[in-house]
Amino acid sequence: MAAVINPTSLDEVALLTRPVTLARDQVVAVLAGLRGLMPDGGLPRGSTVIVDGDGAATSLALALAAGPSAAGGWVAVVGRDDLGLAAAIEMGLVFERLALVAEPPPDQWATVVAALIGAVDVVVVGPARRVRAADARRLAARARERGTVLIQSAPGSGSGSGSGSGSGSAGRATGGRATGGRATGGRATGGATTGGPTATLEADLRLTVVATHWQGLGAGHGHLQARRLTVETSGRRRAARPRRGELWLPDRHGRIRPVATDASTDARTDASTGACGGAYAGSDIDRLDDPCREVS
Amino acid sequence: MAVRTLVVHVGDWSVLAAKVPPDEPAAVLRANRVVACSPAARRDGVVVGQRRREAQGRCPALVVFDHDDARDARLFEAVVATVESFTPRIEISRPGVCALATRGPSRYFGGDRSLADQVLERVDAVLADQGWPGAVGVGVADGPFAAGLAAEVAAGLAAGSAGSARAEAGSAGAAGSAVRLVAPDASSAFLAPLPVGVLDRGGLADADGLADVLVRLGLRTLGAVAALPAADLVARFGLDGRMAHRLARGLDERPPDTRIPPPALRFETEIDPPADRVDVVAFAAKALADDLHEQLDRRGLACTRVAILAETEHGESLERVWRHEGALAAGAIADRVRWQLDGWLNGSAAHRPTSGISLLALVPDEVVAATGRQLGFWGGETAVDDRAERAFARVQGLLGPEAVTVPEWRGGRGPGEQIVRVPVHAVDLTGPRQGRPEMRAAPWPGRLPAPSPAVVHPEPVSCEVVDGESIAVGVSGRGLVSAAPARLSIRGGPWVEVSAWAGPWPVDERWWDPPAHRRRARFQVVVGDGRAHLLSVEGGRWWVEATYD
Repeated sequence: MAAVINPTSLDEVALLTRPVTLARDQVVAVLAGLRGLMPDGGLPRGSTVIVDGDGAATSLALALAAGPSAAGGWVAVVGRDDLGLAAAIEMGLVFERLALVAEPPPDQWATVVAALIGAVDVVVVGPARRVRAADARRLAARARERGTVLIQSAPGSGSGSGSGSGSGSAGRATGGRATGGRATGGRATGGATTGGPTATLEADLRLTVVATHWQGLGAGHGHLQARRLTVETSGRRRAARPRRGELWLPDRHGRIRPVATDASTDARTDASTGACGGAYAGSDIDRLDDPCREVS
Repeated sequence: MAVRTLVVHVGDWSVLAAKVPPDEPAAVLRANRVVACSPAARRDGVVVGQRRREAQGRCPALVVFDHDDARDARLFEAVVATVESFTPRIEISRPGVCALATRGPSRYFGGDRSLADQVLERVDAVLADQGWPGAVGVGVADGPFAAGLAAEVAAGLAAGSAGSARAEAGSAGAAGSAVRLVAPDASSAFLAPLPVGVLDRGGLADADGLADVLVRLGLRTLGAVAALPAADLVARFGLDGRMAHRLARGLDERPPDTRIPPPALRFETEIDPPADRVDVVAFAAKALADDLHEQLDRRGLACTRVAILAETEHGESLERVWRHEGALAAGAIADRVRWQLDGWLNGSAAHRPTSGISLLALVPDEVVAATGRQLGFWGGETAVDDRAERAFARVQGLLGPEAVTVPEWRGGRGPGEQIVRVPVHAVDLTGPRQGRPEMRAAPWPGRLPAPSPAVVHPEPVSCEVVDGESIAVGVSGRGLVSAAPARLSIRGGPWVEVSAWAGPWPVDERWWDPPAHRRRARFQVVVGDGRAHLLSVEGGRWWVEATYD
């Protein structure tokens, strides 16, 4: 009830005079084309973002990192030896402020990521293998404190074995097991201090690629030109209300922008019904031209 | 009055260090540009600054090496050790070039001419052992800038190459000899006919930009620059203008009155137990260099010349002075320690120390006011870069030096060839990087069009492609596909429908070189779930090269 607080110790004074803007309230700008997907209009500093889904998770993670990179920040990518650097540059990451860290051994993974948090603006990590739940929480807490955005392109979507959870070589098999471990141990016993041997980071924001549709490629002709994504956003706090958006990543001119609403329904039906044949490719490309003109 | 200086310049040092005989065409490349080439390559029309394609076009037999500072520096130690028999104070500007002040040695060895001749003879003997006789040039002049150019002119004559500047300036001097003496007080006359492009040897902040502007203003030679009033150059170009003017007139880079006496600082560390491996010492050197940097920073100074002294248990010692036109950063000092010791510890048996290194000392020898790195008011970009650099060093400490890489543009057709990863310690993170993305505009016929795949498999993943009748799809020698691909199975996984495809795009690379020759055809496919892959077929086998993830 008492509205008047009488500070009795120095600690209390410090509490009262603390800045009211916390790290999590500050956002880092993202590319204009992605702004519509973000609940805060940008990436909250210190947040942990997981990008998953089929067909475009890596590109979407790169595009998210491109905003802070263009604004003068450093981006470090850990454990993605398969990253297409040309694609990263095309997505808008700045050449001079991109560093790539080789996949650390499992017992050093958390240490390496922790060393980068706070020093660079965005850390992009690949699918984490054998990270203890305690480590994952500690990393997220460190990121929150230091204001570094941690982006994980989640397991199962990163690598190219066409059918999600891969089967085959030894490396892929461990990946598969890690995914399994997360689904059972990580999720169920997320709160327990002695979590399972593997866990993924707890996401403040989760972007899931629901559908991917390429344009420009026909039956034996053309080349990949534009990709249209349907992305679902979910998460905690302000991101708790799920949103869904469609965007070009990239469009035919290499730009990243949201899909203009009127043309979106038409193209979607095309994607689901006739996916093959010259007529489809031709007509779809023609239709693609219209939103481009509207925007530019 | 500029210090009378003798400079030893070994032409094409990077190529020599790569252990190539001079009659074999070879070139050393950095970021797809030739930085040095052998005389044989030069005869075929390869010049420094050329792109790799162009150079290989002029000279198909060209052997190409990647640039490696450490290799260059390690081998140069043998040359420096030879020059050291004349005077202990030697300054290494960069691998391939070292300088010494002639005042004492000249008197002892009977004058500049005699000294230069003897240095030349001894160094040439060392190089002849490597199979490169006549690659060295010696220049003596007032000031390191003029002496360096004199040596370059001399080396140019000796190596039989004659750039226009070298020919012009060199014809006046001792023709046919690899020694170029510029009489005292004649430096300005020697420099006058040289083009303004040579100012980049003088350590200006933006020499290329300055030279470019000067040429466009009609000032093509150093003589023309020297003839201008100094005040005008300062008014137009600031500090760089003043420095260019001083260099063009054959004076020291800095007026004598503004030279800051180096503080009496000496940073040393004892290594216990004595180290006989370079990386152990280099680790200690990093900490020492950081310390030096911090101390100088506090005084508002930056180091342009540093002496590195190493001592072994048995009392052998090796001291070298390293000079850099810009300021030496902590990382650069540590690099030089590594190069110096690498050359010493792994050098010839005659020079190699007999026990481990027990003491390492760094002495800042020449300092200037630090102007370059003003931190932003709220910890701006430079602070960010610093922080990132420290974190990368930490990660390198954890995972090894090759673990942290940065992208560098290299050029190529395949998705993984266009940009390569270079170790972070090989580049200056804060400076502008070579291999700019603008070079992407360079023509690479057959290159994949944008967008590029976001996942490039380090090892291609095997896959199978069949047509509607479940017969494997093939590509004929004429680049025709046998049937339309209908289904795809990656690494023996389940079959997925191919909903759209294009190809084959044949790529026939390096057909002139049988071992490196590759002939394959690429396809882009979109499979049922909306994923797109880049496939390639080579020798009848299908691979997933990259995925548009």
